[in-house]
Amino acid sequence: MKRRMRTRKIFSFALTAVLILGAAGTPSAQESHIGRWTGRADAGKQLYFRYCWGCHGFHGDGNGENAQYLNILPRNFVAATFKCRSTPTGTLPTDQDLSNSIDRGLVNSNMPSWSALTDQQRADLVAFIKIFSPRWKTEKSGDPIQVPAEPALTLDSIQHGKELFTKLECWKCHGTEGRGDGPAAASLTDNSNQSIRPYDFESGSRFKCGTTNNDLYKIFMTGLDGTPMPSFADQLKPNEAWDLAHYLRTLQVNHNSPELRLWEGTKEGAEIVKASRVAGTPTGSGVH
Amino acid sequence: MRSTKVMLTIAAVFTVMTLSSARPPQNGTIGGRVTFDGTPAKPRAIDMSMEPSCAKQYARPVTAENVVTGPDNALENVVVYISAGAPDEPPPAEPAVLTQKGCRYAPHILAFQINQDFEIVNEDQTSHNIHPLPSSNREWNKSQPPGAPPIEDKYARAEFIPVKCNIHPWMKGTLAVMKNSHYSITSGDGEFKLPNLLPGNYTVTAWHESYGDQSQEITITGSESKTVNFVFKAKPY
Repeated sequence: MKRRMRTRKIFSFALTAVLILGAAGTPSAQESHIGRWTGRADAGKQLYFRYCWGCHGFHGDGNGENAQYLNILPRNFVAATFKCRSTPTGTLPTDQDLSNSIDRGLVNSNMPSWSALTDQQRADLVAFIKIFSPRWKTEKSGDPIQVPAEPALTLDSIQHGKELFTKLECWKCHGTEGRGDGPAAASLTDNSNQSIRPYDFESGSRFKCGTTNNDLYKIFMTGLDGTPMPSFADQLKPNEAWDLAHYLRTLQVNHNSPELRLWEGTKEGAEIVKASRVAGTPTGSGVH
Repeated sequence: MRSTKVMLTIAAVFTVMTLSSARPPQNGTIGGRVTFDGTPAKPRAIDMSMEPSCAKQYARPVTAENVVTGPDNALENVVVYISAGAPDEPPPAEPAVLTQKGCRYAPHILAFQINQDFEIVNEDQTSHNIHPLPSSNREWNKSQPPGAPPIEDKYARAEFIPVKCNIHPWMKGTLAVMKNSHYSITSGDGEFKLPNLLPGNYTVTAWHESYGDQSQEITITGSESKTVNFVFKAKPY
């Protein structure tokens, strides 16, 4: 009788231990919170090993079997350095930021848009990919930067943005006309030591991290971590940042925007835009 | 009988406490020299022509600083530090300062402690972007135009962090984040000195950005000075 009791005791102890350890080791403890969706890592895991691991790899280190064919390497979720964030440089992005990147894809890289997934599925994926890096256990997401309401578009704003473009030496990489052909452009490498091109405004393609002026503001105020693009948050006051955003839009000479229309209405602007269009080639390579 | 035992125990504990509170002398020193063996690659010349405001600061062509040597095979820019045996220490109050001058980092290797503030200053007439590439600390990348205030930060984990400027690709330095104050960076004569060591067993590590690292075990008794030398194999390419 006593022996039976003891066996039972041992058994129940072992069962408890298994349950506790099992719960701690299961990724399902991980969640993401995006708007009204709560993502669950165990659901995300199924999606990851269906859609993502071919490039991002079994261990999430960006070393999937397709990675060798890609010239901007897949994101390494173990390092957890992300380009598109609403948070300051050096901080982890928010769950929403990660979901946005999955949703829109990354232009000029091999990351397609996964807008066909549901919001719930993207939230699940976000919860899962956060398991790959210990950073998510020790750090919180950064606080999103404050983007004040966009002031009215004026010529003064564009002109001032143009001065800032020169003063902050954006042209060193992006070129004086914004074609991505500045004097430092050829030597730029990303964190994987791969050549990387600065954004070519003349090409008119979407920005890497979104399409709106708000996205543009965030790109240069947070920097694209893991790339040569730094944060200018310490150098620009909010109204200056909006001026710069307005000017940058005029460099997209093949993308119709209120900024471009206003700029082309001036003599100076019309000449600059015309010259920029004529010199352009489909690849944006240097014809000067 | 029992009370005698208790008294004796108390006396013994008291003696041990008194002995341990009298601090042993903290003036052991490990010193020595770091040299290289073989023929290092010829230092690569830096072309600063894209940045005239920096180029004009140099009368003679500038060379890369990844391997800097001195007389008698001395190896410069080696971080020699106690990697094990010394307790972690709180950081000093004064910040460490890295200056960008003439499109180079001064010093080439900046060492400071965990959680010690460091400042990065731009004395040039051109914009730099400061881009440290840590593996276990946070990675950031910030622009710093001429005249901008210093960029300040600190790191929570010990590691050697390469720092670069993407705009000026020849600009390469190292931020060495140390666990304690026992570190020394060799200058032109290759010599280093680690003073103020308690008696104990230490692992002394020498780290060089191109030639890797090596370690030696050293025991310090009393306030003796011990000599440790390191020889790195130079890479010809």
